[in-house]
Amino acid sequence: MPNPLKRPSRPGERSANGAGANGSNGASRGAQGVEAAKEGGGGLVGWVDERSGATGFLTGMMFRKVPKGTNWFYTLGSATLFAFTAQAITGVFLAMYYTPSPTEAYESITHLTNDVWMGEFVRGMHKWGATVMICLIFLHMGRTFFFGAYKYPRELNWVIGVVLLILTLVMGLTGYLLPFDQRSYWATVVANNITATGPVVGPYLADFLRAGPEVGATTIQRFYAIHMLLVPGLIAALIGAHMYLVVKLGTTAPPWLKAERPKNARKKTEVG
Amino acid sequence: MKQSDKEQYLIEYEVLKKKGKPFFPYAVAKDSAMALVVVLVIVVMSLVLGAEQGPKVDPTTTTYVPRPEWYFFFLFELLRVIKPPELVPLATIGIPTICMVLLLLLPFYDRNPERRPQRRPIATTAGILTIIAMAYLTFLGAAAGTPTEIDLEVAAEYEPGKQVAAQSGCLACHKIGENGNDGPGPELTEIGARLPREAIARSLRNPPQGMPNFSGLPAEKFDDLTLFLASLDGE
Repeated sequence: MPNPLKRPSRPGERSANGAGANGSNGASRGAQGVEAAKEGGGGLVGWVDERSGATGFLTGMMFRKVPKGTNWFYTLGSATLFAFTAQAITGVFLAMYYTPSPTEAYESITHLTNDVWMGEFVRGMHKWGATVMICLIFLHMGRTFFFGAYKYPRELNWVIGVVLLILTLVMGLTGYLLPFDQRSYWATVVANNITATGPVVGPYLADFLRAGPEVGATTIQRFYAIHMLLVPGLIAALIGAHMYLVVKLGTTAPPWLKAERPKNARKKTEVG
Repeated sequence: MKQSDKEQYLIEYEVLKKKGKPFFPYAVAKDSAMALVVVLVIVVMSLVLGAEQGPKVDPTTTTYVPRPEWYFFFLFELLRVIKPPELVPLATIGIPTICMVLLLLLPFYDRNPERRPQRRPIATTAGILTIIAMAYLTFLGAAAGTPTEIDLEVAAEYEPGKQVAAQSGCLACHKIGENGNDGPGPELTEIGARLPREAIARSLRNPPQGMPNFSGLPAEKFDDLTLFLASLDGE
């Protein structure tokens, strides 16, 4: 059963997907069926699992061990993910009423705020959710930094995390223009002028973002596309990679925890 | 990090992990509690602080407030701290880019296998100093108001121009007398002594980088503004 996503089963751990590499025999199929039945989903779960091996992956993920001593600081990553989910959901509802055009953007938000049921509340959630998400992502990064959790073997996940931070800031910048009031318009003009001062690519990047001689119709459409298609897609994909690595490499133990038998371990490595 | 350090870490981690608790339900319970706190905070902020709409955009008016979101205040403030025009690209692009690259490459130059913060004095101190610097710059950026009053005493003929300057947001980036922010733009208190009126008008119509274009002002207001600015000679 070829399945690149599946983690190889460790000795002493009951395999949820049959006997491993040569697991196409009837016994393992049977065991899998029993497993699926135990999950309580009956036929449908079994059917999906037979074709995807999903329950093995999911049980592996859900019942993986997390080192002792992980505290509330370890919830900051999932909290950031949750804030992103909240942004995505409120964003979808805002997109249903928003018109990305310089003549209609402002009015569409007035309509949303004043006439649509719970419109102002959802817009408020999106606006303040951005603030909350930025705070959480910085706190999560602080935890990772001070606990040394970016060190071997999690260097790649740190790099992905920094890219996610930059993308989140890009979301903040592009989303700021969309209400198209005075504040957001002029802030974008200044941000664009700042981009233009960059060396080599600065002026080109500024031209691309502005999409015309002045911040206007094409700018708002471009920012809208970046804000609700390009960057959220990248963020979602990178969050997937980030979490895949977390599950694969395991949650870090708090740095002050030491394993009880480091002496044995040291001998082993010296021999090996 | 040496190969032996890597192996040592993996072995120790495996031991710690074995003694741990399963992700479900223990970590999931904590994560869910935290998620609940997050959504409550967002809901309360939305209900209390709301989402008011600002005045409608009007590219021809100049009563604008070029303020970024609060989490960009530290960048905004950096721009105001660094004055000389030739260094502006350094503040706008240089320093943030260098910081981002340093952040991105952190695991590649910090190769010390130690993880306890108290045993990593350089990294821990650098981290704390970075947080203090960002918090301080954010605070300064937040405190830098967007005043719309100019207290400078001027002759009656320059009063209308003073009003236009005050309402046009010049003070967000320029200092005039006792008012306004000292940067990113140069102080204007003595601009009239340095530039003739025509040169000031040219700068307003073809502004330097970072400054908005004021050619959209009605002609009368524009004349008042240049008259007022040209009269500023520091006396």
